[in-house]
Amino acid sequence: MKNIIGNINKAFDHRIRLGIMSILIVNEYADFKMLKELLGATDGNLASHTKALEKEAYILVEKSFIGRKPNTRYSATKKGREAFKKHVEAIEKLLKQ
Amino acid sequence: MSTEDYLKDITEIKNMMNKSSRFFSLSGLSGILAGIYAIIGAAIAYYLVSTSGRDYLILHSKIFNYILIDLAAIAILSIVTAAILSNRKARKNNETLWNGTSRRLLAAFLIPLITGGIYILIKIYSNHYGHTGSLMLIFYGLALVNASKYTIGNVKYLGYVEIILGLACAIYPGFGFWFWVLGFGVMHIIYGSMIYFQHDYSN
Repeated sequence: MKNIIGNINKAFDHRIRLGIMSILIVNEYADFKMLKELLGATDGNLASHTKALEKEAYILVEKSFIGRKPNTRYSATKKGREAFKKHVEAIEKLLKQ
Repeated sequence: MSTEDYLKDITEIKNMMNKSSRFFSLSGLSGILAGIYAIIGAAIAYYLVSTSGRDYLILHSKIFNYILIDLAAIAILSIVTAAILSNRKARKNNETLWNGTSRRLLAAFLIPLITGGIYILIKIYSNHYGHTGSLMLIFYGLALVNASKYTIGNVKYLGYVEIILGLACAIYPGFGFWFWVLGFGVMHIIYGSMIYFQHDYSN
């Protein structure tokens, strides 16, 4: 039991962060606008959550320009995918008990 | 956190994974209408051939050209209907018709379909039209199976049925017309109604 709770990842303990990771697991990448639309979050809210995940090195942030418009692209890192998988497995185990 | 919260988390994860990778606003009603167009179009073709004085089709004849126009009209009407009704459904779901998932869906659908279409046209113009019905069904089925990854998952079952009908049609090419009516007419109406009652009607 203690072990399972140890695998519950605090970094994913929020709806928006959980959502960002879920989207990036099944998509090669997503841009800011796509995340915003899917999650229904405000710019500031989303930015703070992506920053938190970036700090953990769970997601990769790439800034570029499409024409003159700045575009931010997010993708999940290998570390992020593994951490998320562990987190989901831990939740599933907890629910089975 | 309680069990309920974790359950909510799992639901949210599944929901986001689906929503971000699949286009769900496919209209069931447009499937039903496509089936009806196909049956009306087939009836027109049947009438044209049966009143031509022969009970078979001659290539490059006037009637043959009419039938090609008939087929093109069915395809265009079906596509326009699907676009209009899916757009309406997307707006209702607070989605846009033209987004990442619908683009991927369209690419996955159109690549096998256009390949098949061009191949069929090449065969027709080199006088090999005996398997047109079978090829249309097979390539359409493959396009559906391929596209099902990016939309309502059980679209693939319609694809399997179309492929099987296409193969059966290759064995009995003389019944090509009836296999075509079954595949593009009847199956669309059945499948469109299923989507309509499962996804549209409840909302």
